[in-house]
Amino acid sequence: MAAVMHGVLLAATATGHASLVDWGTFVVAAAIVLSGAIGVVVARNPVHSALMLVMTLFGIAVLFVLQRDDFLAAVQVIVYAGAIVVLFLFVIMFLGVDRDENIATEPLRGQRPLAVALVALGVTGLLLLGEVSKWTTGALSVAGSTDSSTSNVAQLGTSVYTTYLFPFEVTSALLVIAVVGAVALARRPPAVVTAPEPDDGLVDESAPAAADAHQEVTP
Amino acid sequence: MIGAASALNGNISGEWYLALAAVLFAIGAFGLLIRRNVLVMFMCVELMLNAANLTFVTFANMLHDIGGQVLVFFVLVVAAAEVVVGLGIVVAIFRRRANATADDFHLMKG
Repeated sequence: MAAVMHGVLLAATATGHASLVDWGTFVVAAAIVLSGAIGVVVARNPVHSALMLVMTLFGIAVLFVLQRDDFLAAVQVIVYAGAIVVLFLFVIMFLGVDRDENIATEPLRGQRPLAVALVALGVTGLLLLGEVSKWTTGALSVAGSTDSSTSNVAQLGTSVYTTYLFPFEVTSALLVIAVVGAVALARRPPAVVTAPEPDDGLVDESAPAAADAHQEVTP
Repeated sequence: MIGAASALNGNISGEWYLALAAVLFAIGAFGLLIRRNVLVMFMCVELMLNAANLTFVTFANMLHDIGGQVLVFFVLVVAAAEVVVGLGIVVAIFRRRANATADDFHLMKG
């Protein structure tokens, strides 16, 4: 009886006002996503590009919420907008490349018309293909169901720790490899390191305080 | 004739999300092709990855399958690793030549 009432309630909300709200949310989020993406491409300053990227990522998170995917929306905001864009901004500030770039000139002749033509051809073909055939085929709920009886986090956690346990472990190995690779890449070149003290690569030659402390310790 | 299934599925049909993701991917690919700044090119790659994420979530929603959402989870991890290594490469290159445009990377040109 309760399930029937639940179904009736859902059907009632689907017919009238809720649909309009959903459409409004979708249109606003899509406008945010697309304007942010165009801003990333056309902004002269890399810092402005990064901020426009935050706008796009937030719009994507809104679209996730609209599809009842609450956990990934939160992760999207925390990981992408919170961590990855901050990493971008950190590198921009660190390298000092936050200058305006002249994007009006075209170093490679004919590149932009060719890029426009190729991308337009690709996206038109994709949309036409989806229009003339089905977007989705195949069985429903193969890896696990997304019913609304349990929470989204519980479903996702159950699936990650049972069906997808091995890929989950492999991603942890990938992250460790990425961290080690980043440290190896970002180290100073060996010629600079070996100049003051060959046995200690951590001592920076531009820090006299650290060198004094080191001398105090050694005797 | 709007059943409970479509109400659970969200009221907007998945085609709209997929078309939006296609356009977002196209903008990212266009930016990757025309921009010279390596950092902006990385951001365009992030746009393309996000378009793929939106597609995964939409398919998960259309097929009532949790697998798409798990895949988005993994794409997030791979994107984080890619950004870390890519920015490490940019920093390493920038230390040798004080510019970060793709035109300057012609070390292996014959």
